[in-house]
Amino acid sequence: MPRITIDDQQIEVAAGSMVMEAAHAAGIYIPHFCYHKKLSIAASCRMCLVEVEKAPKPLPACATPVTDGMVVRTHSEKAVQAQKGVMEFLLINHPLDCPICDQGGECQLQDIAVGYGGVVSRYAEPKRVVKEKDLGPLIATDMTRCIHCSRCVRFGQEIAGIMELGMPGRGEHTEVMPFLENHVASELSGNVIELCPVGALTSKPFRFGARAWELSRRQSVSPHDGLGSNLALHVKDKRVLRATVVENEAVNECWLADRDRFSYQALNGADRLTQPSVKDGGRWLEVDWQKAMAQAAGALKVILAAHGGDAIGFIASPHQTVEELYLFQKLARALGSESVDTRLSRADFGGQQSGIEWLGMPVAELSTLDRVLLVGASVRQEQPLIAQRLRQAVKRGGQLNLVHGADADLLGRVANKLIVRPSALVNALAQVAKAIAEAGRDVGAVAAAIADVGVSDAARNMAASLLSGDKKAVLLGALAQQHPAASELHALAQAIAQASGATLGFLIDSANAVGAGVVGCRPHQGGLNAAALFAAPKKAYVILGAEPELEAADTAAARQALASAELVIVLSAFKTAATNYAQVMLPVAAFAETAGSFVSMEGRLQSFRAVVPPQGEARPAWKVLRVLANQLGLAGFAQDDVGQVLAEALPEGEAGVRAKLNNGITGVTVSHLTALSGIERLGETPIYQLDAYTRRAPALLATADGLGGQTAAAHGDLIARLGLVVDKPVKIKQGGGETVMRLTRDDRLPDNVVRVPGNLAAASPLGPRYGDIGLEKM
Amino acid sequence: MSVPYTGPKVCLWTLDHPNPASLDTYIANGGYSALRKILAEKTPAAEIIEQVKLSALRGRGGAGFPTGLKWSFMPRNYEGDKYIVCNSDEGEPGTFKDRDIIEFNPHQLIEGMAIAGYTLGAKAGYNYIHGEIFALYESWEKALDEARAAGYLGKNICGSGWDFDLHAHHGYGAYICGEETALLESIEGKKGQPRFKPPFPASFGLFGKPTTINNTETLASIPWIMRHGGQAFLDLGKPNNGGTKIFSVSGHVNRPGNFEIPLGTPFADLLAMAGGVRDGHTLKAVIPGGSSAPVLPADIMLGCTLDFDSVAKAGSMLGSGAVIVMDETVCMVKALERLSYFYYEESCGQCTPCREGTGWMYRVVHRIERGEGRPEDLDLLMSVGNNIAGRTICALGEAAVGPVQSFIKHFRQEFEYHIEHKRCMVGA
Amino acid sequence: MTLSAQSLAQIDKEVAKYPADQKQSAVMAALRIAQVEKGWLSPETVEFVARYLGMPAIAAYEIATFYNMYELEPTGRHKITVCTNLPCQLQGAGTVADYLKQKLGIGFGETTADGRFTLKEGECMGSCGAGPLCLHNNHTMHTHLSPETVDKLLDELK
Repeated sequence: MPRITIDDQQIEVAAGSMVMEAAHAAGIYIPHFCYHKKLSIAASCRMCLVEVEKAPKPLPACATPVTDGMVVRTHSEKAVQAQKGVMEFLLINHPLDCPICDQGGECQLQDIAVGYGGVVSRYAEPKRVVKEKDLGPLIATDMTRCIHCSRCVRFGQEIAGIMELGMPGRGEHTEVMPFLENHVASELSGNVIELCPVGALTSKPFRFGARAWELSRRQSVSPHDGLGSNLALHVKDKRVLRATVVENEAVNECWLADRDRFSYQALNGADRLTQPSVKDGGRWLEVDWQKAMAQAAGALKVILAAHGGDAIGFIASPHQTVEELYLFQKLARALGSESVDTRLSRADFGGQQSGIEWLGMPVAELSTLDRVLLVGASVRQEQPLIAQRLRQAVKRGGQLNLVHGADADLLGRVANKLIVRPSALVNALAQVAKAIAEAGRDVGAVAAAIADVGVSDAARNMAASLLSGDKKAVLLGALAQQHPAASELHALAQAIAQASGATLGFLIDSANAVGAGVVGCRPHQGGLNAAALFAAPKKAYVILGAEPELEAADTAAARQALASAELVIVLSAFKTAATNYAQVMLPVAAFAETAGSFVSMEGRLQSFRAVVPPQGEARPAWKVLRVLANQLGLAGFAQDDVGQVLAEALPEGEAGVRAKLNNGITGVTVSHLTALSGIERLGETPIYQLDAYTRRAPALLATADGLGGQTAAAHGDLIARLGLVVDKPVKIKQGGGETVMRLTRDDRLPDNVVRVPGNLAAASPLGPRYGDIGLEKM
Repeated sequence: MSVPYTGPKVCLWTLDHPNPASLDTYIANGGYSALRKILAEKTPAAEIIEQVKLSALRGRGGAGFPTGLKWSFMPRNYEGDKYIVCNSDEGEPGTFKDRDIIEFNPHQLIEGMAIAGYTLGAKAGYNYIHGEIFALYESWEKALDEARAAGYLGKNICGSGWDFDLHAHHGYGAYICGEETALLESIEGKKGQPRFKPPFPASFGLFGKPTTINNTETLASIPWIMRHGGQAFLDLGKPNNGGTKIFSVSGHVNRPGNFEIPLGTPFADLLAMAGGVRDGHTLKAVIPGGSSAPVLPADIMLGCTLDFDSVAKAGSMLGSGAVIVMDETVCMVKALERLSYFYYEESCGQCTPCREGTGWMYRVVHRIERGEGRPEDLDLLMSVGNNIAGRTICALGEAAVGPVQSFIKHFRQEFEYHIEHKRCMVGA
Repeated sequence: MTLSAQSLAQIDKEVAKYPADQKQSAVMAALRIAQVEKGWLSPETVEFVARYLGMPAIAAYEIATFYNMYELEPTGRHKITVCTNLPCQLQGAGTVADYLKQKLGIGFGETTADGRFTLKEGECMGSCGAGPLCLHNNHTMHTHLSPETVDKLLDELK
């Protein structure tokens, strides 16, 4: 390793590193704007010029490789003179509007100008003015402030995987802009707000919400997908006003998905449930907690007395905390019910699982995989930052193979694709397994069932891909997990993984699905799973955070079951459609308003504190559950704080979590090898309909993804064949239900497939997410 | 040294023939013989580089870097593709020599690039031609077709089993693409923004592959060197400054044009070849190496010989050999204003000092020219120049500063007069 | 929006000059070819070229705006670009430019009312020895200009 001297400190640094990195290692700060450790080197702002002995000119620290014996001075007269010169150039055309700039107080240019800027400007010529750009609902612009560091452009090209912003023009006329008047549509776009070192790109939903110094910044964990991105919630007057990233190299690196960043809007919406309410003679009455709890406990006791605990179904959202879910299942079991579940979107529970499904490896390893087989995953929608990791793997030479029910632009090279209608997914995956078997590998128990499957070239190429390379994974996405034959896909994926030496992993779509499983929020002996709970209605339901009328695998069945129940008690942070079927609504704290923990898809246990108090009369759900249990006279609900609940739920902490993770499955017979013949539904969850928060965040819903997620879509050929009209409403029928949605064209869908999203109010009257469906012209 | 020069010419000799650009003219006068010989004898690359080093051929694009040394930087045992690139993006004000090589001796450039390609192990070569001379882009493509048809390009060249092809790529209006790494970016279909170095093109060049970039005149000199030997080329010029060189003379002379003469020729002789200063006028100043080179007053310039070392000693640069001649009628403020506008207009905008500084300098010079100058402006210009020079990614920063600082240095009283009297002292 | 078969064939020929995974290298030529056919580069044309070469539209737009021989607004039938840089200026480009402005009744960057001429100020065209000079529609150079030769040139351009 080269030894260098930097500001009189002697240090050893890794060969090939730059002076900037060496300085960082030595704890020395070199001012910079264009340099960013995760982006390619631009060396264009020139702010990081330093003096290097024997070099005739100052050199940019970001782009100068260290050499053995190098002597660097970052604050010598020569270096500072160069840095001050650059700072003067940066400021001559930068507006002096810090008092009205949202970046004020957290602006790199402002900060560095304090150290390197002059007091009086020598620039007496007119300043540049740049025309404003509209980048859409998330990013506000003030392009006159742009200092051309190009971070936002490089982010799009290198991290988001899509070049939406460029720098047309030349010289001082260069401007950062999208093509024409395009909005920025990347699901990672909000990161440019934090990358921008000045106030050129700022948060539109936050705009002028507060000055940086008025906000207290409190760490939290994103409640959306199973990644568990670390973020900071910025609070003023007990309200969350924005979210920014907290760097965690092992989890989200230094990025957030847009929904991690903007979903806080839902916390401040008008449809928060803030008062306990009970239904009285068909009308909702707002009551105090005492009355509400008495009514809830009383009603439950009536059911218990008449039908026993087994008659009560317990459904919770997998976005609730470990502590809440632990107490929830404890309450269920204390009341004598084994019917407790969080897997609302799941249709098939066949086979015996060896443990709790998880990613099967650390998240960070995804970036270094040589071979990946993605099965039924729209990964950009499901886990935007996992998609980013996979793009990094592809950039390093990894091969990505996709077996899916719709083509998806992963913004990176896909080595092989097998795009089939959803009902043909089992057959498609069986082809890959068979191709692997034909290559002489043992695919175990599934071998006999797939013996007659015809193997396509794509499947053969995938098999060849998976049989080469070193670090490999077979990853099952949301479609694979929600599929009517999910257990068969699971068994086939397991066979492929074992035969090719790959890791089998599940891409988990909700923040605490793994935690839910680990703390036993699952039906055990004699209990019903989420699908069965609605298929064979219970007398009563207790619902925590979930919106089954949107989130269930078969929303029509869920609606019917809930409507016909004698009692439905809902614990929610929002005024949901439960007002139509519930008898008691108990307001509970939303994320950010309660302390708790999530277990991420890699089995990482992350605890967080409340950053704001619950709104109105809402209380943390764990407390509500505890009090309800007390009212019911149940023992074991005396926890004083959330730490006690966690200690009880996971006495061995993360180690205890890990012991329960296992992706194995047995007892599955692969039989769904023939596809449907008619038109079928593809009911994946749109990126911003995932959970209670995203679907209530106006800015997210106004993006292209947000709007697109509220439409039905089909291939142009199918639209033509059915005589339908694009962009017009279309009648959609499934089972006994029907709805009307706007129809859009998406030629990436296979023939005879209609995308009618799940988790969507408009699709709520319909039946299963996957299966036969009909379209009719209006 | 006699006027005019009648000795051997390396590049523009075809002009003495009726059809200078034709393949027949070229072949009839020994053209492609060097390539044929090298391929037939399988001359080792090291031997060719040795001859180029011996010739003391220095880059004719402006920087004057020894060509043989540059060639020796290319990795020998690299497994993948390598490229040779010719820089014909001639847009430095005052320079118009490469265009004449392409127009009047296209095959010598093709042969030179082929020899370079062979020596450096390149898979293909690209010639980046200035967009504004589009007719020559088309004519050079025709010459490529001729060469291919005659077996000097393409598969199995001259029956040697060696494959190599050349292509033309045109610019479309950006001076900066004359900077070799901006040129590479431009060939890749990007904005012509220079890359920071390291890595250098010899390790990370076109499409990320090892690449050597040479000027048109440099590459066109290669066949002559291989035919006559490096020593003969060196002997045409003077030590460390081998060969003849094309000087482009423009401005206030009676016969502007290109003159291929040995390096080391006195400036006064070149001026005489160009017909002298326009009739009835006297020499005031000369920019000896293209607009980026510092201006020199007449008396200093008349004491110079035209080679890299002599002009450098006088405080300027031989550069591309573009000699811009100005007589006593020239207002130096106005002349500088036009050059400053050029660099401001052509700055790629990538790095801060150049993007912001060139505009600043132009606006101040423009103000002075308009009669709105301030006494502190000259010191400000010198200081802004100091903050640009040596702080930028590429040499355009220095190029923009050179004129500003040299004009003020040598003609300060003219600038002061402009500021004080709000008008020009020339003709006052 | 599409381009003629002839233009596409020309673009394909340019694409063939570069390695198969470097189609973007042909963007400068492709935009030039498109501009020759359409007269200028509308956003639709830029987008078409980008898609044809498999590159982001904004990347093609960067090219169209960086290199100053591309026209992003419609021009007159005849675009005259006069070099006014120092060598040409010393050789009389100022006089020629003033003459053109006066004769056409327009300034630099303007188009005559009849849509016949657009006048532009250009930078060094690498042919200073033959200055004053101009480019006609980017690809044809006229050298040694004087008021007399300008008259002749304008008469020829209908």
